[in-house]
Amino acid sequence: MKNLTHIYNEGSPHQTNALEDINIEIMSGEFIGLIGHTGSGKSTLIQHINGLLKPDKGKIIVDGMDITSKNVKLADIRKKVGLVFQYPEHQLFEETVYKDIAFGPKNLGLNSDEIDDRVKEAMNLVKLPFEILKERSPFELSGGQQRRVAIAGVLAMKPDILILDEPTAGLDPRGRDEIFEQIRLLHQKYKNTIILVSHSMEDIAKLTDRIIVMHEGKVLLTGETKAVFRESERLEAIGLGVPQITKLMGILADKNIPFARDILTVEDAKIEILKWLRGKKNA
Amino acid sequence: MLKDITIGQHYPTGSVIHKLDPRTKIIAVFVFILTLFLVENFMAYGFIAIFVICCIRIAKIPIKYIIKGLKPLTFIILFTLVINSFMIAGEIIISIGPLNITEEGLYQGTFMAVRLIMLVIGTSLLTLTTSPITLTDGIESLLNPFKKIGVPAHELAMMMTIALRFIPTLLEETDKIMKAQMARGADFESGSLIKRSKSLVPLLVPLFISAFRRADDLAMAMEARCYRGGEGRTRMKELKYFKRDFLAIAVVLSLFAVLYLM
Repeated sequence: MKNLTHIYNEGSPHQTNALEDINIEIMSGEFIGLIGHTGSGKSTLIQHINGLLKPDKGKIIVDGMDITSKNVKLADIRKKVGLVFQYPEHQLFEETVYKDIAFGPKNLGLNSDEIDDRVKEAMNLVKLPFEILKERSPFELSGGQQRRVAIAGVLAMKPDILILDEPTAGLDPRGRDEIFEQIRLLHQKYKNTIILVSHSMEDIAKLTDRIIVMHEGKVLLTGETKAVFRESERLEAIGLGVPQITKLMGILADKNIPFARDILTVEDAKIEILKWLRGKKNA
Repeated sequence: MLKDITIGQHYPTGSVIHKLDPRTKIIAVFVFILTLFLVENFMAYGFIAIFVICCIRIAKIPIKYIIKGLKPLTFIILFTLVINSFMIAGEIIISIGPLNITEEGLYQGTFMAVRLIMLVIGTSLLTLTTSPITLTDGIESLLNPFKKIGVPAHELAMMMTIALRFIPTLLEETDKIMKAQMARGADFESGSLIKRSKSLVPLLVPLFISAFRRADDLAMAMEARCYRGGEGRTRMKELKYFKRDFLAIAVVLSLFAVLYLM
């Protein structure tokens, strides 16, 4: 995949949560975090990238292909852009895990050997044991496993761009960490573009390179993760926040302790605090 | 595309007709339907049409909105008209090949079509002016006398309330699952009839599963709030007849009595 550009422009009058004049460019291989509170237009935006919704105005260009033009084949877009919806396990329907994951690749018209390989690979990526689970009914599995089957169903289509809409909503902390770890590994291994929608600032901070903040159908902020989280006041003004550790370090910085205001993880905070303590000792 | 369905929708304007007791409206519609089937001449239909238009005006519902609601039925109405025109024996006006349009047929066909249109407009006026909840309340209260012969009035009403409440939810759910499967390359719009009906499997299976899950959750939530059927249950809004209800019933009854005798 060469340089991927989304030039995105829309002004639609008919919906309250419609998107307005959005211009985003996403580079190939980036890990993007998309945040914004409920109704800010995140879901609408990601459905546009996949061609499920058509903009009233403006263009979306994926990998040099204008997906808003009429003569474009939707199958081609879906090959490129994979979309995992919220609560994706609700879309499972086949009798066996294998068949369900194979649904996407089959629709792409692949032959059975290729499908077989892809199902194996996808299940491997989400850490589901292929031999044990392939003949099981997806409905017998636990919630976390069901979700992984659903995600594998999208991964098996091998999209260049993977969009995940709150992939961990409703999972326990362990399930959440596992899914995020798998997404991270996936990104490392395939260098594909990932757009992650999440309400957890901690997870966004840990994973993403760049953040897009949506508010009332517009892009409010965009920039590198650290830079965006430095704007804690603006984020809080629209009902979002920063990771708790960033907030803590910010409060300490207000008390004249020389901490950086863009610490994103507990690990980084530890380093920063140790640095400060050592500095004090030496002084 | 699923959002275009307007039949059975409530259109609140706060007019006098909206304020009428649901029982009054149900009885009025019942009388209306009965009259439509009993009356056999165009003159009477003219009066009925004037009455219906008056009702629409009083209810402050835009005529356009009502016509929009008729659109899905265009085919059935036309079909009635055409079949009747061809099938009834009588004086031939035009013949196309072996098919003959007869005067009696045309008359009968138009009559049927008008009857159908009136029927739809009349009943949709009921749903347009009455919120689903008051409507089911009305039905329950009207069915109450039949409890003695074993009609489960409360249960029927509760079932209707729940069904109505879940229509939008299920539509939304359908939309969501459709999109999710389309994102996986499913194609719902092209192909032969068999292919298309096969392509519904990925939509229907998750939809049924989620409907059952919702039903289960709802049952649990209702039990958690001590729902034990209709026995001894009180209401926040008791249905009450006012003067306007008696007036409305009187108007409807007398109007249709006159039409019937005509």
